Amino acid sequence: MGRRIATTLRRAAIHAGPTVLGIVVLDFLFLQLMPGDAADVMATEAGSATEESMAALRHQFGLDLPLLSQLGNFLDHLAHGSLGYSPRFNTTVLDLILQRLPGTLLLMITALSFALLLGIVLGSVMAAWAGKWPDRLLSVVVLLLYSMPGFWVGLMAVVLFSVKLGWLPNDGSETIGAHLTGFAFLADRLSHLVLPALALASFFVAVYARLVRTSMLEVQRQDFMRTAQAKGLNPFLIQLRHALRNALIPVTTVAGMHLGNLLGGAVVVETLFGWPGMGRLALEAVLARDFSVLLGVLLLSSLLVIVANIAIDLLHAWLDPRIGEA
Amino acid sequence: MTAKFEPTRRATLAGLSILALSGGQAAFAQTPKKGGTLNFLITNEPNTLMSGTTTATTALTVSGKITEGLLEYTYDIKPKPCLATEWTISPDGLVYTFKLRPNVKFHDGKPFTSADVAYSIDMLKKVHPRGRNTFANVETVETPDPLTAIVKMSKPAPFLIRALAAAESPMVPKHIYEGTDPVTNPNGNAPVGTGPYKFKEWVRGSHVLYERNPNYWNPDLPRIDQMVIKFMPDPGARSVAFENGSGDIGYRTPVALADLDRLKKLPNLVFETDGTSYSYNVSLIQFNLDSQYFKHLKVRQAIAHCIDRALLVKTVMYGYGTVCYSPVAPGLKDFHNPMPTPYNLDFKKAEQLLDEAGFPRGANKIRFKIPMDYNPIGDDGRKTCEFMRATLSRVGITVEVRAQDLPAFAKRVYTDRDFDLTYNGHSNLFDPTVGVQRVYWSKNFKKGVPFSNGSNYNNPKVDKLLEDASVENDPVKRKAMFFEFQKIIIEEVPDITLFQPLYLTIKNKRVHEDSPTADGVEANMSNVWLDS
Repeated sequence: MGRRIATTLRRAAIHAGPTVLGIVVLDFLFLQLMPGDAADVMATEAGSATEESMAALRHQFGLDLPLLSQLGNFLDHLAHGSLGYSPRFNTTVLDLILQRLPGTLLLMITALSFALLLGIVLGSVMAAWAGKWPDRLLSVVVLLLYSMPGFWVGLMAVVLFSVKLGWLPNDGSETIGAHLTGFAFLADRLSHLVLPALALASFFVAVYARLVRTSMLEVQRQDFMRTAQAKGLNPFLIQLRHALRNALIPVTTVAGMHLGNLLGGAVVVETLFGWPGMGRLALEAVLARDFSVLLGVLLLSSLLVIVANIAIDLLHAWLDPRIGEA
Repeated sequence: MTAKFEPTRRATLAGLSILALSGGQAAFAQTPKKGGTLNFLITNEPNTLMSGTTTATTALTVSGKITEGLLEYTYDIKPKPCLATEWTISPDGLVYTFKLRPNVKFHDGKPFTSADVAYSIDMLKKVHPRGRNTFANVETVETPDPLTAIVKMSKPAPFLIRALAAAESPMVPKHIYEGTDPVTNPNGNAPVGTGPYKFKEWVRGSHVLYERNPNYWNPDLPRIDQMVIKFMPDPGARSVAFENGSGDIGYRTPVALADLDRLKKLPNLVFETDGTSYSYNVSLIQFNLDSQYFKHLKVRQAIAHCIDRALLVKTVMYGYGTVCYSPVAPGLKDFHNPMPTPYNLDFKKAEQLLDEAGFPRGANKIRFKIPMDYNPIGDDGRKTCEFMRATLSRVGITVEVRAQDLPAFAKRVYTDRDFDLTYNGHSNLFDPTVGVQRVYWSKNFKKGVPFSNGSNYNNPKVDKLLEDASVENDPVKRKAMFFEFQKIIIEEVPDITLFQPLYLTIKNKRVHEDSPTADGVEANMSNVWLDS
């Protein structure tokens, strides 16, 4: 097991360097294709500008330098462990991102856990009663979740729970200025988390439920399942230990890939629910053409995906010791 | 409260009677209460909390609560004391003397003196996008004693006395700024000022939190304990926040126009127009005068003959606007020329003019095909373009609507000049020299500068009128110059002004005295109070 972890980590490290560099350079070049620059944004937002103020803005953002010098500067900063500085927000990019990262991670992990948990439960139930009425009923529910966009589910949940019933807040991640502590603080944060996490998770619940159902049904036909039944093991334990454990391999693989999708979905959900996360930061950076911030977000997101993939690899090794032994 | 509106706006407001009756500052008679938290909703995150280096609306909203100005203004933009208690202007308009309020302290305990005024004006002249022009004629600011500032001018600047509001010309602490670059000074992220509220925290992507300044120079104010300024980019979420009471106040019509009818039925909300007179906007059709079509006066006149402004305001703006023909908004009543356009709604005449200009109907009865771009800041841009597409199709002009985000629009119009026709908006501010001149002055045709003379309009007579008016000290003569200027623009149609949008402040009815001055909620909001 130890050797396996070392191999995985070594391989990931070798892959990660060039991947990240490629992402950064490509992103930087692609971003140059966008019309307008940060100075245009600042000036149009201000509704007034002069030649001098435009020149000052461009100088401040380093936009008066040639393209390659801008890229060189960025890479130079990166090599020194700095993500650079955002003149728009008058602070370092790392600061901006670190302020937003916990929010996004909390939202993503909650949504992913929720999606996995509910997906696995639904999928197992559907597999256990395959072809019977619980399976058919849940299939309809899953199809609905699969076909409704997350933001629409979110909007409808807001209409029901925030507007009509008034149970849950529709915006932000906490009650600002309330100075809550202890249980009240936790309850407040949780009540703010529920709706955005649901909106983000709804689609993935459907994906995992279908995936678990299919894999479970496939596992049922395997020889070891018959052996376990022949041994007279408890049917519930057979499903849990033998069927589900094997069925989880495709689910975790897909969940690992979904981490990137979740980051993308977070842009919409965070905007909708005023959640102070990285998705919104990325969107704001695009609209503001604040490329130092955007590159920082993209860099960090790619690192996040790489780390998630490593974690999934390790998880596979635990679920099925045969993987990666060769 | 209707008495405050001039007749032109009253006409618009007639249809909004609920608004006029229930809204506004009618609550003055009640005894103010102390305490509470005000939840102020704004659309986007500001990039600084001190507006001395930018004129972005988001920064203007948050700045004045902490960093105050020398003056405040009544609804019709007459100066009132704030940090200056008295002021005199010499008859030749070259010397301004300000007496400052004694015993005013910054939040860090240092006294506010004339040295801070001198430093602030100098800073605004150097780095503020509008201050560079507003204070361009300032030669020196003398400080004979700590409570007297004397501003000496090389030429008169008749608009200067209107430019000293908190958000437009903030008075910053010299001891924090001296020797630094004002743009990158960390004070912009955690400001220190003289205002009724002190900076507490700025959680990026979420909110700014201000708390009561217990040592404010007016011991009776402020009344609330905390002000939360929340960034809510989604208009639907803002509607919900007003609906469920989690948001107390927002301005410049903070929800989608289509939502207004529904929200107006709610008993807990108040809609008011007080405190919107410091800056009026006009929305317009802008031509590229270098376009092969719109360089012809007759084509522009033909387009003008096709536009039914009243219908446009009704359909696109849901009635929330005042029809306007002049580049100077009707709200600027000291300067607005109310003359009607000579180009009435007349499609036959338009067809005739287009024929005469040399663009007869060709294949499929089409004269020519042009793209139309729009400024994407509001949701009225796309709709106006669709309105124009329908209208102009009647005279054989095919319009293709092109969408892009704000920086792409700015680059297309002001840098690349790759456009024929746009829907755009201009902020007129408190004076035509500050807000209108830039759009029509030929010397301000500057590539790469947003909201400059984007049409490339060039009329030496207009240039002279604008230049003379900018230094004319006699208000009567100055008004006559602006009237003549407007007459020329209305007739020559380098652009077609459509309407002045009517901005609403939406608030919960527990909020009182939020907008006692011309700049409304962009002022220091020291008076605001909440029902418990």
